Amino acid sequence: MARFDIYVTYKKGIFDPPGATAERALQNLGYEEVSSVKIGKFIQLEVVDGTSMDRVAEMCGKLLANPVIEDYRIEPVEEA
Amino acid sequence: MRFGVVIFPGSNCEQDVIHAARYLGHEAEYIWHGDTDLAGFDAVVLPGGFSYGDYIRCGAVARFSPVMAEVVRFAEAGGPVMGICNGFQILTEAHLLPGALLRNVGLKFICHSQPLRVEQSACQWLDLPAGTVVDIPVNHNEGNYICDAETLQRLKGNGQIVLRYCEPDGSVLSGSAPNGALDNIAGICNERGNVFGLMPHPERVVDPLCSGTDGVSFFNTIVQRLAEV
Repeated sequence: MARFDIYVTYKKGIFDPPGATAERALQNLGYEEVSSVKIGKFIQLEVVDGTSMDRVAEMCGKLLANPVIEDYRIEPVEEA
Repeated sequence: MRFGVVIFPGSNCEQDVIHAARYLGHEAEYIWHGDTDLAGFDAVVLPGGFSYGDYIRCGAVARFSPVMAEVVRFAEAGGPVMGICNGFQILTEAHLLPGALLRNVGLKFICHSQPLRVEQSACQWLDLPAGTVVDIPVNHNEGNYICDAETLQRLKGNGQIVLRYCEPDGSVLSGSAPNGALDNIAGICNERGNVFGLMPHPERVVDPLCSGTDGVSFFNTIVQRLAEV
């Protein structure tokens, strides 16, 4: 079994309403040092050994992320 | 003339669309999301709701339902397709319409009657004069339309912007969109005008018993147009 961690975030310039709300909320709580919050998705994918990065990228482009608005980053995870 | 209304798991406006079409004297039948045959249907409607629980992104899973391959073929052959609310989200995910629909600005689920200005467009589903103001309910959490600058220019240049959120007098102000949508866009069509997506729910305003009739032309226009062909 191989594992990949996938991070899906909004592309630069795409407004992120939950992130903006969390940013204001933190500032309202007194964390004035906060200048930006972006909220994305974290996906843990388990696949059979030998599955290529290209194949995982294909899954991201097709379903897990929408390339019109989102970027994704794939990290292979070494099992401890 | 027969409307087909697709039911995805989690659709919840399909009965309203069927009722609206039949109330206006048209034939309408359900299409199951697992079906792969659109024979006998002259126009297809993707209704509102929460297909597949809106998981991953609204419309992201529904887009891969077996019926969608047929809907894409139908649309590419010039068949009229209208996506309402979640149906609009599915059409963008399926790349039948450009752009995407994000979470509403302010994170609020909005549900109210909304004035909309009809724009000069190529849309085959609507022939109301440009500048007409219609009142149609909106009912969504992800209606914040977005696309890149190049796409927006193309939408404007090709007459693909069909409806804009506006004030009751028809003026379109920067704050007119209750969801933060880019350029106040409430509905767009493809270049050909046969594929139409909109966040508001015209099916809810065809019967005077239910607060208005501003949605009537959204069903009758396409029927008349198909009858002329």
